[in-house]
Amino acid sequence: MNLVIATTVELAAVTTVLLLVLATPLAWWLARSRRWWSEIIGAISALPLVLPPTVIGFYVLVALGPASPLMALLHPFGIHTLAFSFSGLVIGSLFYSLPFAVQPLRTAFEAIGDRPLDLAATMGAGPMDRFFSIGLPMARRGFLSAAILVFAHTVGEFGVVLMIGGSIPGKTEVLSIRIYQLVEALQYGEAHRIAAGLVVFAFLTLLALLLVERRIRGVQP
Amino acid sequence: MIEVALADRAGEGFRLNVDFSVPAEGITALLGPSASGKTSILRALAGLDRRPGVIRFDGETWQDRHSFWPAHRRQVGYVMQGHTLLPHLSVAGNLDYAARRNPAGPFDRDDIIARTGISGLLERKPHRLSGGEGQRAAIARALLGQPRLLLLDEPLSGVDSEGRAELLAALAGLFNTIVIPVIYVSHDLGEVAALTRRIISLRAGQIERITLAG
Repeated sequence: MNLVIATTVELAAVTTVLLLVLATPLAWWLARSRRWWSEIIGAISALPLVLPPTVIGFYVLVALGPASPLMALLHPFGIHTLAFSFSGLVIGSLFYSLPFAVQPLRTAFEAIGDRPLDLAATMGAGPMDRFFSIGLPMARRGFLSAAILVFAHTVGEFGVVLMIGGSIPGKTEVLSIRIYQLVEALQYGEAHRIAAGLVVFAFLTLLALLLVERRIRGVQP
Repeated sequence: MIEVALADRAGEGFRLNVDFSVPAEGITALLGPSASGKTSILRALAGLDRRPGVIRFDGETWQDRHSFWPAHRRQVGYVMQGHTLLPHLSVAGNLDYAARRNPAGPFDRDDIIARTGISGLLERKPHRLSGGEGQRAAIARALLGQPRLLLLDEPLSGVDSEGRAELLAALAGLFNTIVIPVIYVSHDLGEVAALTRRIISLRAGQIERITLAG
């Protein structure tokens, strides 16, 4: 049981850290781009919101399987497949939770507006400098929202991890899958304990998120 | 000289079409009602908007058909209309933001702080400043960016009526002693006349009259 919790938390934590790093430049570009076709990229990055998780899981599984051309690139490094591995789960989770990082970050970056960035430019700050000295600090609460959402959403995923991970104890078995297996084995009592724990966790997460957003509205004039 | 020749392509809505040269010293005022093109000219000079045309400063071509220097390479101090300090930094943080990126130049930090009268405000956050205090801090910050040209957009707007006369006098004193050219935008002839006799009057994106006395 503790092993399952550890795997779940580790997956959510690794996904959160990686996704914040990867989604930040994308969200910044989406927030600042004035070209209409940037919304094509915006729509693609939001696709996981509406696709069934099994679709994401299926494609990631195919891409990480031994026959995939993507994996062929990794053959020289002795890697033949990432399916049914923790790394595979992380990759699937990155896709699955991408919109939950991009949306709050993009909103936070857009809320900065052009003026502080224009002012910074007149003071000699180039594009990268403006991103680090204006974009990141002024959007810091967006990062908090994104981190909370991604973490919680990754803990709650089921379809993707089932497709890619296969529920190997200690490696790829997470809480949501454990519940499913307990119910199939008619062990309702144990299923209840985990399910109730996840309800409490989800509630506390959303409460934290709303409090963060309340602070954003209250503090910024 | 500061040479500005900007002509938007014909189309619907506002169209800027101006051509003027003024000495790269002293104060030049751009005077006109709202939507006359004052701010558009400042933004083009600062390098924030690229409009069709040519801008030269002291023999350097800042933009023409083939080239465009972005804002961060022009060394222009710009005091925008309204709230213009970076909201996540204190007044001192705002000054440092400009100073750190422009370490060398004629403007001394302590001297500028004293002359803009903001020594008591350094630790404050921008949202805790009055309109006049915010403008003084913004002007100090613009100068600590060691600009070669200072642009001010309606610096007295947002300042209460008592503060206006005082700030205007302070600005006149400051401009008399600084070595860089100033372009000062306002809709108020009385305000402009107190500062300079070199006035470009604008209306609907066109130059209505140029007064170059003095």
